[in-house]
Amino acid sequence: MQRLGCLATLFLACALSCLASSDPQSLQRGEELQITDNEVGHYGGNLVVAQRSEPKTLNPVTAADAPSREVIGRLTADLIHINRASQQTEPALAKSWSMSKDGRVFTVKLRHGVRFSDGQPFDADDVVFSFQVYLDDRVHSPQRDLLVVGGKPIEVQKVDQYTVRFTLAQPYAAAERIFDSLAIMPRHLLEKPYAEGKFAQAWTLSTSPAAVAGLGPFRFTEYVAGQRIVLERNPYYWKADRNKNRLPYLDELIFLFVGNEDAQVLRFQAGDTDVISRVSAENYALLSKEAPSRGFELFDLGPSLEYNFLVFNLNDLKSRNLDKISAKQTWFADLKFRQAVSSAIDRDDIVRLVYAGRGVPLWGNVSPSNKFWVDQALPHPSRSLEGAREILKSAGFSWRGDGQLLDHQGQVVEFSIIASSSNAQRMKMATIIQDDLSKLGMDVHVVPLEFRALLDRVFQTYDYEASIMALGGGDADPNPELNVWLSSGGTHLWHLGEPKPATDWEAQIDQLMQKQMLELKYNRRKHLYDQVQELIGQNLPCVFLATPNILVGAKKNVANFRPAILEPNTLWNVEQLYFRQAGASGRGAAR
Amino acid sequence: MTSKRKIVTAVIFLLSLHLAILLAGFLAPYDPATQNRDFPFARPTRVRVVDAVGHLHARPFIYQYVARPHGIYEYEESREHQYPVHFFVAGPEYKIIGLWPSRIHLFGVEAPARIFLAGTDNYGRDQFSRILYGGRISVAAGLLATGTSLLLGLLIGCISGFYGKWLDESAMRLAELFLVLPWLYLLLAVRAFLPLHISPTQTFLLLVVVIGTIGWARPARLIRGIVLGAKNRKYVTASRGFGASDYYILRRHVLPHTYGILLTQAALLVPQYVIAEVTLSFFGLGLSEPMPSWGNLLANLRQYNVLVSYWWMFLPAVALVLVSFGYLNVANAFHERLQSGSI
Repeated sequence: MQRLGCLATLFLACALSCLASSDPQSLQRGEELQITDNEVGHYGGNLVVAQRSEPKTLNPVTAADAPSREVIGRLTADLIHINRASQQTEPALAKSWSMSKDGRVFTVKLRHGVRFSDGQPFDADDVVFSFQVYLDDRVHSPQRDLLVVGGKPIEVQKVDQYTVRFTLAQPYAAAERIFDSLAIMPRHLLEKPYAEGKFAQAWTLSTSPAAVAGLGPFRFTEYVAGQRIVLERNPYYWKADRNKNRLPYLDELIFLFVGNEDAQVLRFQAGDTDVISRVSAENYALLSKEAPSRGFELFDLGPSLEYNFLVFNLNDLKSRNLDKISAKQTWFADLKFRQAVSSAIDRDDIVRLVYAGRGVPLWGNVSPSNKFWVDQALPHPSRSLEGAREILKSAGFSWRGDGQLLDHQGQVVEFSIIASSSNAQRMKMATIIQDDLSKLGMDVHVVPLEFRALLDRVFQTYDYEASIMALGGGDADPNPELNVWLSSGGTHLWHLGEPKPATDWEAQIDQLMQKQMLELKYNRRKHLYDQVQELIGQNLPCVFLATPNILVGAKKNVANFRPAILEPNTLWNVEQLYFRQAGASGRGAAR
Repeated sequence: MTSKRKIVTAVIFLLSLHLAILLAGFLAPYDPATQNRDFPFARPTRVRVVDAVGHLHARPFIYQYVARPHGIYEYEESREHQYPVHFFVAGPEYKIIGLWPSRIHLFGVEAPARIFLAGTDNYGRDQFSRILYGGRISVAAGLLATGTSLLLGLLIGCISGFYGKWLDESAMRLAELFLVLPWLYLLLAVRAFLPLHISPTQTFLLLVVVIGTIGWARPARLIRGIVLGAKNRKYVTASRGFGASDYYILRRHVLPHTYGILLTQAALLVPQYVIAEVTLSFFGLGLSEPMPSWGNLLANLRQYNVLVSYWWMFLPAVALVLVSFGYLNVANAFHERLQSGSI
């Protein structure tokens, strides 16, 4: 009898473990899988990646930091996805979509038979629920701005179980790109916290893994504070390779938290991690020397989409008690002053000394690697100290006997540049600019600040004179840039919160940006955006400096590794990655 | 070695280090802020006496660096032309001991060649010049901060030991409080409250004041002990009987007892405070670029690739070790002398 009891327990344990197993589920009838075109791999292995800092949350709506987004991106899926390699949109949870003739109604057909990582079915209700959350004012999602077109939130309507209709207030260029990275959330798990007004507290790192489910290639299994977060295969994932093997191939995806880039490099060098993204050029050089002997490969993908720039504080400081800074704003507001600064900065030296040659100089906000949108006609004036001196002279500046630059009132031209102390590259840029400008007789101080303190000064208190920052890098399309270039934009850095455009050219940029947003034809949009780039280049609200190349690396046995310049650079196709040799990372091979 | 000779050698060694730092402008071939952007992270130049064909030269010479094609910060010597090292050459202007302008440098080579005795940093700045100039700031900060600490310590120690009672009690409790303060965090906190941009001189003085005022407690306690012992000597009571004032007794009979302790404490505190300045600058809280200080120079090593690729970036640490060693040596010699009772 006792034996029978034992057997029964054993059987029960087996059954339970089968239920909870993360082995890929066999394909179901009526399930509309997406078939990928990658090299067919085999199952098994754990991929380990190091992150600089710990994610803050698993909540796709409230996550604002890069590490959280990197993890959440693997746990969730979107309706329409931007393929990181081709930079074009492709079907994801939506198998097809269509746009009405007037460009305002967008109809999306969903895949049938898709299930969340907890096995529950996915349908139009989940989509409607997700957008309801994103658009809810009380949730304060950072994505909400994108979903407000022409001042009105997008209307989302369920047509049938597998069809959703989106109605826009006005036509919107490249509307399908909005859907990229907007995670579709399970209504069955999140409706309750949402109804109770506790949505922001849902899905924290301490939430039980069973209560977190998504449509991404992996699902959450373990979080160890300060050490790692472990994701296991989502056995219901809706993609398969051409042999109908359900993806992903990897058993587990592990993110280690290591603190900084140098630690990432060390862990990769030691073989603890399989993939590394966004290495600095110096560390890249260091790793290249060892690549052949240690069995990893490095890739230089060319210039990123990010742009580093020097920005002067042109904010309205009237009610802020910052008299010293507002006195200096007469220089900063003078276009000739900014032109002189731009002309004196040696961008080639920045590329050489900061990026060890692995980067390109910039004269505009669009990186040369953004082939669809960069304005090829934008002038690239070479560095000229004499030119800069001429410009300053014509603007009424003069020099004292010791070479110090004076403005037309005889005031000494001196200002400080703030930069993030944790970002060695931007600190170096600041030091190079300081030296370049000292040749014009400007007395420039470099002030390293902790990144959050820097953001606080730039966005809240306006207590700074000039700053070195970087933007961009998300998408190649101009629309995400609206926030920067519209005078009402939240990252209109040099002059935030303008009630109306402060200058004529800002008004012009506003018009052009609005126009390109409504324009559906690529050629016409490109023409409008070229004009924007030229206006920016002529008026220099930011002095653009350089963009680094995207440098990544992976162990040689990681197959299907196709890094891209769009973020996430290396893990965007993680479901297709597999280990070439059997038994890599110590775990089982083909099953 | 007798203790006297020990002191003399230790002091001479220390003085020569200080002299080198004081005469930085003369000894350094270049301005510490000049960037040679074609030579980032160049290794120290080899000064040669034998040329490529094996001929011996009476005057030392160098070969010019050229960047190695496709290398990252790698250079090779161009053997085409020899650049002899000249002495007492004209170069960039500087001020002798910060007072008299001059252009004469101890040594140099003709342009376009450059002589980098200790290599260059990320911007191609000559490290040898930077170490010398940086020493000025680091050592001066150490000396001034020690002065501040000892002055405060002497004042509080004397008052506390001489007058005793509640003054003594409160001063010593305060001293205990200062002793247990985690000074590094305190310094970090103080720096965070400062305005965004203050001039280098202000930053420097502030560093000195902050480092100096935190360290008064230990010398104050030591001096108090000595004053306590001295004030009850019979000759003190006698001079009091003759109507001597407190000030006279302190100056004439008590203070001389503290000199030995003061000297030893000074020799101990200076290296400690130099390291404090280096620590602060290392964390980016000291003087800002392009001013060199040993901490700023060492801060380059915070980057892993610098740490493992360019050994000459460690040279500022050697200078720091030499100075600390010099002072501790002097402190040691003083201490021995003090114990044998001859100071």
